[in-house]
Amino acid sequence: MFDVAVIGGGVVGGLLLRQLSKYQLKVCLLEKQADVSMGASRANSGVVHAGFDAKEGTNKAKFNVRGNQMMPSLCEELGVKFKNNGSLVVAFSQDDLETLKDLKARGEKNGVPDLEIIDKEQLLELEPNINDTAMGALYAKTGGIVCPYELTISAIGNAMDNGATLYTDFEVVGAVRDEFFTVTAKDGRTIQAKIVVNCAGLYAGEVAKIFGDDTIKIGARKGEYILLDRESAGFVTRTLFFTPTKLGKGVLVLPTVDNNILLGPTAEELEEGNTETSKSGLDRIMSKANQMCKNIPYYNTITSFAGIRAYSYTHDFIIEESKIIKGLINCAGIESPGLTSAPAIAEYVVNGLIGGLLPLKPNNNFNPYRKPDYFFKNLSDEKKNELIRENPSYGKIICRCEQITEGEIIRACTENPRATTVDGVKRRTRAGMGRCQGGFCQPYVMEIIAKCNQMEYKSVTKSGKGSNILLGETK
Amino acid sequence: MKHDIVIIGGGPAGLAAAVACYDNGAKDVVIIERGEELGGILNQCIHNGFGLTRFKESLSGPEYAERFIDEVKKRNIKYYLDTMVISLNKDKVIKAVNPTLGFFEIEAKSVILAMGCRERSRGALNVAGTRPAGIYSAGTAQKYVNIKGYMPGKEVVILGSGDIGLIMARRMTLEGAKVHAVCEIMPYSSGLKRNIVQCLDDFGIPLYLNHTITKIHGTDRVTGVTVSKVDKNRMPILGTEMYFSCDTVLFSVGLIPENELTKSCDIPLSPRTRGAVVSQTRETMVDGIFACGNVLQVHDLVDFVSEESEIAGKFSADYVLNGAKAHDYVDTKEGENISYVLPQKIDKAVSGHVKLFFRVKNTFKDCTIRVKCGDSVLLERKKKIAVPGEMETLLITNDKLKDLNQTVVVELQTNS
Amino acid sequence: MEVKNLTCVECPMGCQIEVGLSNGVVEYVKGNTCPRGKLYAENEIKRPLRVLTSSVKCVGGKMLPVKTDKPIPKDMMMDLMSKINACHPSLPIKTGDVVIKNLYEDVNLIATKTIE
Repeated sequence: MFDVAVIGGGVVGGLLLRQLSKYQLKVCLLEKQADVSMGASRANSGVVHAGFDAKEGTNKAKFNVRGNQMMPSLCEELGVKFKNNGSLVVAFSQDDLETLKDLKARGEKNGVPDLEIIDKEQLLELEPNINDTAMGALYAKTGGIVCPYELTISAIGNAMDNGATLYTDFEVVGAVRDEFFTVTAKDGRTIQAKIVVNCAGLYAGEVAKIFGDDTIKIGARKGEYILLDRESAGFVTRTLFFTPTKLGKGVLVLPTVDNNILLGPTAEELEEGNTETSKSGLDRIMSKANQMCKNIPYYNTITSFAGIRAYSYTHDFIIEESKIIKGLINCAGIESPGLTSAPAIAEYVVNGLIGGLLPLKPNNNFNPYRKPDYFFKNLSDEKKNELIRENPSYGKIICRCEQITEGEIIRACTENPRATTVDGVKRRTRAGMGRCQGGFCQPYVMEIIAKCNQMEYKSVTKSGKGSNILLGETK
Repeated sequence: MKHDIVIIGGGPAGLAAAVACYDNGAKDVVIIERGEELGGILNQCIHNGFGLTRFKESLSGPEYAERFIDEVKKRNIKYYLDTMVISLNKDKVIKAVNPTLGFFEIEAKSVILAMGCRERSRGALNVAGTRPAGIYSAGTAQKYVNIKGYMPGKEVVILGSGDIGLIMARRMTLEGAKVHAVCEIMPYSSGLKRNIVQCLDDFGIPLYLNHTITKIHGTDRVTGVTVSKVDKNRMPILGTEMYFSCDTVLFSVGLIPENELTKSCDIPLSPRTRGAVVSQTRETMVDGIFACGNVLQVHDLVDFVSEESEIAGKFSADYVLNGAKAHDYVDTKEGENISYVLPQKIDKAVSGHVKLFFRVKNTFKDCTIRVKCGDSVLLERKKKIAVPGEMETLLITNDKLKDLNQTVVVELQTNS
Repeated sequence: MEVKNLTCVECPMGCQIEVGLSNGVVEYVKGNTCPRGKLYAENEIKRPLRVLTSSVKCVGGKMLPVKTDKPIPKDMMMDLMSKINACHPSLPIKTGDVVIKNLYEDVNLIATKTIE
């Protein structure tokens, strides 16, 4: 019997699980996919918003600013790369300049520190690759970037290290409430929990309905991106936004914490949970990005991808106990700035909502720290060599483009939450994320996955059931 | 540690260069190979057709490699396997890592870059659609089939008609897969004609020229592709879409020289070849650092790789034994209808014939290729056919070098 | 007189060969650069021949590259593949070692790599 079951292994569910593991509670995470961080947290801009966007008084405004404050120390604890790179909302017209003033005023009301409107000259000095047609910008020094899946995986891993349980391939199809909830997976497994938190992202509406709450209405948008190789590092160093219009924030040009350059997203209403890219979408990104910056090094493109954003029809975060089903807490419609808000949402749900339903006794054994996934890269050569002497697999480079060693991949396959798929290894170690996109290393990564998980080579998948890489033997 | 010559890469280029260094008197040579055996990509190229120029017989890739590996071993040339070079600087200090030595440094007098190339990936093309399992570069598929012994798929569509793609069309067919189509966005194949015949025609595999994949379908595993005809500007033409049901898409859309190390020590690169700028000795613009093989220019025949690498090896040995010499460079340049010329510089201080390697931009019939220096025509050759997929060569003889007083231009003109 | 156009596959030059036939008998061959091209063209008319390259799985699971030591009829390739796939030699093996003797008539399947 669990005290709390969290449904959905995205950034909100993951940080919630970790927050829960700070207390003497038996907690678990139910994830329908083979790995965590497979929905919206897999593919988004990775922006830690300053908090001037959301209208004052909304959940978005409240959690954004608090989340932004929490992010640096949280990332420090979890060993997650975070960069306080600052963001610029760039104006290209007189109207835009007017809007910047409104944004600044709103930001100040929301409690965002260090907002400044800068002129063209200052702007081009900060970011020389911005188009000369720019007229000025709102500079938010507290804006940052983080890797969304790294944060999610690390939070869940840290929670597991502190006693939480993860169930993957656990697609919730049934729920019965007596004294407590009995939750059933598609494959027949069941778990029992006193409280359930619904963090199912795109599927939050469906999950709530399974529990008997049909009030959550979720829509979905698709956002496409283009990613440029690290070779373009420094093309821009801050997160560049267009001045928002009624149509939304538009395409961004920004660095990632791994020194790639990211262009996107588009925003397209979506019927099904499909993350395909389209020619029109990618063309749109390029045309918008070209309005922002000159001479974008598209020849360094290494991939394009699309992510999904779930939004609620209220267009604000829904974070509350279900009005219909007691003990069910819904965290739904967590669209932008959801990533930034997630730590604050987790804090509020656990300490504010769950704390009202269950006694929260601190877990004195809670260890907030996690060894970074990239710890090896940060060691000095002497330390690296010490480690290689102990464990020679750290001296064998598997991914040439990102220079990831066998030791790091083994670690990803053996530490919480264990990688069991090629994409899982990729998200934990960056093996296969470089310019050759796994062309060289994938056959070797599969070997390590098979060995660590005691499975057959040919049954290793890209991202879980049905995504087999190989379809048989030759002989 | 210190060595006279360090060769980065133990594929066909590195092997031939090592033997040439040794045979030209520089005995303290070491090869650094990142894979678990010497031979590089030849190990997975189990088809034949290698060595016709050099050995006058048709060898498979592993056989061709073995001839050079045997020569390396015969000379007791030292090599490190499973060893990856992490960095290189202009002072020729190399930092590498392997499981037994950890991170270590080698100071070299001369360095030969022989890292080869990598395949362009699907991502680099921005092909629209989903990103399920079942999408591979042709070379990765070749590794699964030939080295690992597994089938990456059963129903296949191939994008790009590069040689590896053509070879894999045949290879997978022989192993029981059905290859439904090879799509080529250009009006011509970039592969060798013989491979069109013996890899596609022999098995009735259709080649769609002027076609490209416009969308990939499937959530977990590929379920199909949409293929469209393209116009003169290579833009898909609406209404020409064809759907192929398949579980696998192979990309054979070009090779990119692996010049990350080269760039890291600021060796100038040619935007045309994406390899280092070199003279006919294959010396880069940094004294004592040479480059050869596919890291320099993407070859279609390994025989040319060996030839080029022997040049690099010979001059690297000369550099180590006799020291740096003053250069007297004249540039070469691609003229009309030529996509690149290599070497990019001719060092008049070095005596000997200079073989120019170049590619034409399109398919030309009945044409004349000229090498000019100012108004004077140094060489002229008539060709019945010239295609981009096949590297062309012309020889500037030693006696002409002294007259080169300005940029040497290679151009092609049609005779009609 | 019937005229057939072929692309020679003997070497990377890929000569465009024209073959003149009368009643199925080769009258002339032109366009070839070397004698191998003529022989190739004649065989293409009679019964096309190809060297078959493939791999076999050795005892222990390692893959060994192999080829036929002479060309075999093109139309036999698929049939011979099943024979090749059923063969599992033991290691070590040297380049040139016969893996299947008389795979087709007097054509042997030989190893093209030395594996210790």
